[in-house]
Amino acid sequence: MNKPLRRIAIFCGVLILALLVRTNYLQYVRADELNSRDENRRVRIERYAHERGNIIVDGNPVTGSVETKGSDFKYKRVWKNGPMWAPVTGYSSQAFDASQLENLEDGILTGNDDQLFFDRTLSMFTGEKKQGGNVVTTLNGAAQKAAFKGLGSKKGAVAALDPQTGAILALVSTPSYDPSVFAGNSDKDSKARKKLLDDKDKPMLNRALRETYPPGSTFKVVTAAAALENGLYKGIDDKTNSPLPWRLPLTTGDLANEGNIPCENASLREALRWSCNTVFGKISDDLGNQKMIDEANKFGFNKEIFTPVRADASVYPKDNRPQNAMAGIGQASNRATPLQMAMVASAVANDGKLMQPYMVAERQSPSLDAIYTHEKEQFSQPLSGENAQKLQQMMETVVENGTGKNAQIPGVTVGGKTGTAQHGLNNSENPYAWFISYAKTDSGSPVAVAVVVEDSQANRDDISGGGLAAPIAQAVMKAVIDSKK
Amino acid sequence: MSVVTNTTTIGAIDAPSRRNTELMMMVFAIAISVFAYANVGLAIDGKLPSGMFGYGAGLILLGGVAHLVVRKFAPYADPLLLPLATLLNGLGLVLIWRLDQSQRLIQRAESQYGAYSPDAPKQLLYSAIGVAFFVAVLVILKDHRILQRYTYISMAVALVLLVLPMFFPAVNGAKIWISLGPFTIQPGEFAKILIAVFFSGYLMVKRDALALASRRFMGMYLPRGRDLGPIITIWALSILILVFETDLGTSLLFFGLFVVMLYVATERTSWIVFGLLMSAVGAVGVASFEPHVQSRVNAWLDPFAKATWAQSEQLAQSLMAFGSGGTLGTGLGQGHSDLILFAANADFILATVGEELGLAGMMAVLLIYGLIVERGVRTALAARDPFGKLLAIGLSGAFAIQIFVVAGGVMGLIPLSGMTMPFLAYGGSSVLANWALIAILIRISDTARRPAPAPAPSPDAEMTQVVRP
Repeated sequence: MNKPLRRIAIFCGVLILALLVRTNYLQYVRADELNSRDENRRVRIERYAHERGNIIVDGNPVTGSVETKGSDFKYKRVWKNGPMWAPVTGYSSQAFDASQLENLEDGILTGNDDQLFFDRTLSMFTGEKKQGGNVVTTLNGAAQKAAFKGLGSKKGAVAALDPQTGAILALVSTPSYDPSVFAGNSDKDSKARKKLLDDKDKPMLNRALRETYPPGSTFKVVTAAAALENGLYKGIDDKTNSPLPWRLPLTTGDLANEGNIPCENASLREALRWSCNTVFGKISDDLGNQKMIDEANKFGFNKEIFTPVRADASVYPKDNRPQNAMAGIGQASNRATPLQMAMVASAVANDGKLMQPYMVAERQSPSLDAIYTHEKEQFSQPLSGENAQKLQQMMETVVENGTGKNAQIPGVTVGGKTGTAQHGLNNSENPYAWFISYAKTDSGSPVAVAVVVEDSQANRDDISGGGLAAPIAQAVMKAVIDSKK
Repeated sequence: MSVVTNTTTIGAIDAPSRRNTELMMMVFAIAISVFAYANVGLAIDGKLPSGMFGYGAGLILLGGVAHLVVRKFAPYADPLLLPLATLLNGLGLVLIWRLDQSQRLIQRAESQYGAYSPDAPKQLLYSAIGVAFFVAVLVILKDHRILQRYTYISMAVALVLLVLPMFFPAVNGAKIWISLGPFTIQPGEFAKILIAVFFSGYLMVKRDALALASRRFMGMYLPRGRDLGPIITIWALSILILVFETDLGTSLLFFGLFVVMLYVATERTSWIVFGLLMSAVGAVGVASFEPHVQSRVNAWLDPFAKATWAQSEQLAQSLMAFGSGGTLGTGLGQGHSDLILFAANADFILATVGEELGLAGMMAVLLIYGLIVERGVRTALAARDPFGKLLAIGLSGAFAIQIFVVAGGVMGLIPLSGMTMPFLAYGGSSVLANWALIAILIRISDTARRPAPAPAPSPDAEMTQVVRP
């Protein structure tokens, strides 16, 4: 019986060998693939297994971590003043993943980023607890607070930039949400999130970066820049060739102004001061669609902007003549994000140089060493320094004795532009109130800001932009200037 | 030139008993288990587990008793079998205890049954009963050939054991349990040994008839019906019962056992061909009408399929546990193999080995199982009687097939079929039956390796003895 016994022995050996080969295949060859599967909960467990690093504003964290019980996720994310900071931080939920900075900087915040390899190895030897690194933002707490308070219960958004560097100083969207309410993974969290998603006011929408609005009259700043850059008009006080009424090309209708304002052959300065649709519509038409697109693109239109959080592309459209004329006054298919309009104001304020907007100033290792520091970077030069200064004078006139008086700050030079964008078919819905502005001190311009308020009431003239949005912009600019003192 | 010192012509040179080797390895096996226990405690709580001395003392007591009994009642037994079984049992206890600490499993138990009770203490109790079984077999069964007398009784008892679960409610879709008060017994594990005893007894008697008194047909030998009849009936019955109880792993095990033993008994390769043919027919037949089998096969083909995720999640989780372990593993107590939830410490305990001990640990554990099988086959080779040979190869073959089916199942090599890893997995029946199995193998190996008794002194011997000054 020994011969078959030996064969059975070989058979058993083959069985064991097959298992050995299989375990090698699974644990060596396929390990990476299995570890990166979406179904693999270990990835999320690991993400929340250690105290997450913080997002820092003005040297203080706006985030934190608390230990949770009764779950395989050890730590839960919490936010200080969540609704105010949510448009900056995004959320990081045990059950629903993460967004914005919490998502983009996850590697640093969890401490798993390759840049932290050295730190990780070091702490492995010193036996220190694993910790995430910090993300230091460019935001200005006072400005953010002023903007958030200014918008209050209104629906809208604020974006503020430092024109000289491109640093984002404020980024507010209302109504907002508190990411803390669904940071865990319980039923309560799911319900809270569902409620937010079902809310018709869309509190989780980041209006400052992800919503495009018709920019309305604030876009006249871009049109004016195009006129100066293309040499259509040289002096800002020279009379322009603009009849009143002015017929919209290829149509049978006249382009109307809001109210009875002196727009006939008005100079650029006066036209901006009174917000003349006829003057800027005609400029856009005189320059033509392509030149308008070129100038808008230099300001950042038609391109997604990464701050590193993505901002939707603003659109200056390729269009026919009447539509192009309408787009020149910020209507028709012209759409812009609040960030985009803040960039327009900041380019003018910074003597024509547009800086790349950014909100991460520094990434820190868990031991607080800087492993990345942002270097300011020029985005483009939409207009020459000389023309920028001309445009500044025009915008300052708007605030001094035009539609933007509400943005005045005593002892500070402020330039701005109001806007009321028509909204809905035949202007049926409530218009958007806009205001873009910048402040100037002896050492250049520390802040440019764009404000949009969605639910402005009935008042359909430019005063509503000045009335609703300008005070918010003023408060934000004042907060920045005060915090620099 | 060397001086021949042993010039006597009578008596054999004593085979070394190797009992001290066994003792050394027992110490090693218990030390590894205790260190593993300490490791889990340090990893989970950051301190040595409070039960460590109790656990260590328990293992030493069990291992010590088993070793002393072997020393006394089976002095020439194979020295490896007992330490290997002890090591696996000890590691199994550690892994079960480690899974007891899992919040995820505790929560699941509380939400499902309203209460949670740790499994490790129960397993320690089962291990003690298992070792008692081991001791009883060695003490009572002085010679394995006695089992021959119980050929047909074994068959009857095995059939009763296999039929009984039909009268008890199904647990998780399989009717393989008998509940007696607080205890549940999985009779298939015991039936495995009884069927092996029956096959050995029957085949030993009938093997010549099966091998020789047959008609040649297409180059193969077909035995007469009256020789093959009983054994085929028993085999078919057990398979049928198991199919109806949807205990597929055990059916496969019995089938493999049947083919292996028939082949060894008759030495005819045609049996292998027969066996493969029958298994192919059986597998296709069962798979075509059994939805349970079909879902298992589908889950095996694509464990990550979205549509059947509910059925295949466990397997997918198990594969991810293996993947997460990688080469060196996460370390005991530091993995997440408890994501498998149901049966994490029973059918799927190997996933915990894979995740926390890694590829290195998996290979070590598989090799330990391989060594047990190898010692069993070696025992069969060494056995002097056909019954012992058949029984030893039957038991070790069954052991090997069980390991292949379970490990292959949780690693996605073959469709999952639900059996437990011997010694490692949680489960009373499994521990008890496998300790009994090891005891029988030890008994056979003792008989096989025992030196031949000294012949009766011959009066002539005196005269030819060399007289030394």
